[in-house]
Amino acid sequence: MSLFGLLTINDFFHAEVAAVVAQLAVVLGGIGVVGYLTVARKWGYVWREWLTSLSPMRIGVMYLLLSAVMLVRGAIDAGLMRTQQAIPVEFLSPEHFAQIFTAHGVIMIFFVAMPFMFGLINCIVPLQIGAKDVAFPLLNSVGFWLTFAGAMLVNLSLVAGEFAATGWLAYPPLSELEYSPGVGVDYYIWALQIAGVGTLLSGINFIVTITTMREKGMRWMQMPMFVWTTFASMLMIIFAFPVLTATLTMLSLDRLLDMHFFTSTLGGNAMMYVNLIWAWGHPEVYILILPAFGIYSEVVSTFSQKRLFGYTSMVVATMCISVLAFAVWLHHFFTMGAGADVNAFFGIMTVAISIPTGVKVFNWLFTMFRGRIIFATPMLWFMGFLFTFVIGGMTGVLLSIPAADYQLHNSLFLVAHFHNMIIGGVLFGFFAGLTYWFPKIFGFTLHEGLGKATFWLWLVGFLVAFMPLYALGLMGATRRVADAAWLPIYQPLFMLAFVGMLIIGVAFAVQVWQLAYSIYNRKKLQADANPWGGKGLEWQVSSPAPIIGERHPLGVLTGILSLVGGFALVWQIWWVVILSLVILVALYIRNSFTTHLHHE
Amino acid sequence: MFPLLQGSGSIANAEGALIIQATFLMLIVVVPVLFLLFFFAWRYRTSNTKAKYVPNWHNSKMDELIWWAVPLEIVLVIGALIWQSSHTLDPRVPITSDQPAITIQAVALPHKWLFIYPAEGVATINELRVPVDAPLRFEITADAPMNSLWIPALGGQVYAMTGMVNTLYLVANSPGIYPGMSANYSGEGFADMRFNVHAVPRADFDSWLADTKAARGSKLTAYNYDMLRALGAIQPGYYGAVDPTLFTSILAKYDTGMQKMNH
Repeated sequence: MSLFGLLTINDFFHAEVAAVVAQLAVVLGGIGVVGYLTVARKWGYVWREWLTSLSPMRIGVMYLLLSAVMLVRGAIDAGLMRTQQAIPVEFLSPEHFAQIFTAHGVIMIFFVAMPFMFGLINCIVPLQIGAKDVAFPLLNSVGFWLTFAGAMLVNLSLVAGEFAATGWLAYPPLSELEYSPGVGVDYYIWALQIAGVGTLLSGINFIVTITTMREKGMRWMQMPMFVWTTFASMLMIIFAFPVLTATLTMLSLDRLLDMHFFTSTLGGNAMMYVNLIWAWGHPEVYILILPAFGIYSEVVSTFSQKRLFGYTSMVVATMCISVLAFAVWLHHFFTMGAGADVNAFFGIMTVAISIPTGVKVFNWLFTMFRGRIIFATPMLWFMGFLFTFVIGGMTGVLLSIPAADYQLHNSLFLVAHFHNMIIGGVLFGFFAGLTYWFPKIFGFTLHEGLGKATFWLWLVGFLVAFMPLYALGLMGATRRVADAAWLPIYQPLFMLAFVGMLIIGVAFAVQVWQLAYSIYNRKKLQADANPWGGKGLEWQVSSPAPIIGERHPLGVLTGILSLVGGFALVWQIWWVVILSLVILVALYIRNSFTTHLHHE
Repeated sequence: MFPLLQGSGSIANAEGALIIQATFLMLIVVVPVLFLLFFFAWRYRTSNTKAKYVPNWHNSKMDELIWWAVPLEIVLVIGALIWQSSHTLDPRVPITSDQPAITIQAVALPHKWLFIYPAEGVATINELRVPVDAPLRFEITADAPMNSLWIPALGGQVYAMTGMVNTLYLVANSPGIYPGMSANYSGEGFADMRFNVHAVPRADFDSWLADTKAARGSKLTAYNYDMLRALGAIQPGYYGAVDPTLFTSILAKYDTGMQKMNH
């Protein structure tokens, strides 16, 4: 066994131009950040005020930054795929294309959407329930740094070796050693294992926070909708994420120790993996969208200048969705050969989710009814969401009908559907929340005009990029192929989708400009405690909200050691794995003697 | 143009009709929602001071009952549709026809599909030739990562997995050439798994069968099957004879464990 495990010098050399550019971007980006902090002598400040901070506001902002950085990478991946599918020249090999669509899915779900969600939750939920902090501040920091380590591990795969080329859920037997002998799948496994533990810890933290730390007098049925939906989402996390951890553990045992949970031979069964991964995977999408629903409820009420309609049925609908979301996972594989009774049952359960979801839609609409609607940017995001969401909901119901799904499954229709939900539902919601609460987090509002421009570009870009995919699906085009336009009849629609991608690119650019412009003009855009006329407790404290919290290095050290240990696990550098594990355990034992981490 | 809505076989058409029917049912809710969204936004804009403004109106049991009930009704109708269509369009339900059914054993291999016609004793690679109107009974397995056999113009797909057989009935009701593929990503060579289905009159099929048996002499045996499996992307090809035990031996390759999968 060599000192560096499987890692050799050759793993740092890539054959393809696109891969080398990506590698250089990561390396130079890393050198750039470290170099700037060193030259500007900012390390002390960053260490004290950010890296070791236990303030939920600071941790929230770090989540948002992580999400933004990873969004850039996920979006570049998307741009590469759309370009490759629109033009006949092969500039990405099929193997590299597969790594890119795998990374795109993993990054967008785990390292963009999840940190975006936890960022907003950290910044806002404590304020909304009148708590100074979360229940377990140190655990909160550990949770963030584990997520960070997972994200960095995915980025390291651009520098050394490769990423999984299996699709974002890494179905076996393709993800087994037999068909994926490289380290790509191992990067995938350990990045998700590390980040997944972080998510689970954060989920527990917020359940306890919301349960025990509400201001005196705030009863359950007086909690703001964002707090309710966060609570539901966190409950789902503690039920769903252990399934992910167990599933990936079994896959890693197959790969490392020659076990046979999911292999083709010796009693392994790949169908078991598909069941388990979706038993996590389907709840996961509701974990993401429920908090977005909560944001919409806050936004529509504030900007209609009216109380939220049907609060009680909103709460009931939220909890219904979180329960039903665990009883539908089989709709991801109606085509695997289950009997008609089983397929029909899961189809009907899936359609049943549209009842509480429909109730939410009507409650939002009737919050607008007899209101005085202000079309501020967050309200536009809400309306854009509702418009696209009913389309996505409709196509979702079509996919839930097993006999229709035999045709629609794995087609671009499916791809269009889930982007419809994740972009139109989740991302628009988080953008609405970010714009709405930005003054509370940073003390100044984002420029409204540029915000509205961003919204319209996003909406148009989304429609132009994804509506053609619905049509392509109905024409019989499948997902995950580099030369997707292999039938000439597909070509015009792929070109249209490419144009949509360009419009989204412009939307991104305007969004960055909006942020830069607003930071530069932050004096002029300074906000008072309640710039929108919101009714929640968060609007009672100053803008920006005060930073409360102690400092502790355990979180960031956990992150660093997990990243090093994770990297060593990928490359099977066992002495480093053991060393980082020993240091980690020692740190936690030492820390368990500390009793002073309390503050009032 | 849209084989999923207007296919070339009775199964595809039934599935297409189902998609259209369910879409219309949902429009009953979707159209009013979209109308209300734009109407309320326009009517209750801040500048329209003539519109009624009731900032504290926040619940109405009657109204809420309506929007729990309306989606529930539609879900009941769609639920019935799901139950009924899941059974009638179950991929393993035989198709009734006056024509005799043809069994095709489809094996997903790296880069290619192998189609064995057990009764006829021939096999093809990445190409299918079938008589119009004859029910096609696909017996699908894999000697590769998980794939999915999909011929959009003829109907829905079913997964191909090692050591198991999934059954899928399809039919082509008009002559033509229909693209087929693997729909489930299976690694390197996934994009090579495309093939054309030539649906031809029964007489043409019979003469193709005779030609294939006569002209393309090589026999597909367990030995050259292994060589075939190891090949990368290849052109469509034919075997005039097939070892009759080949399909079962492909399945048996994976029958090494304690558990038996029964299908």
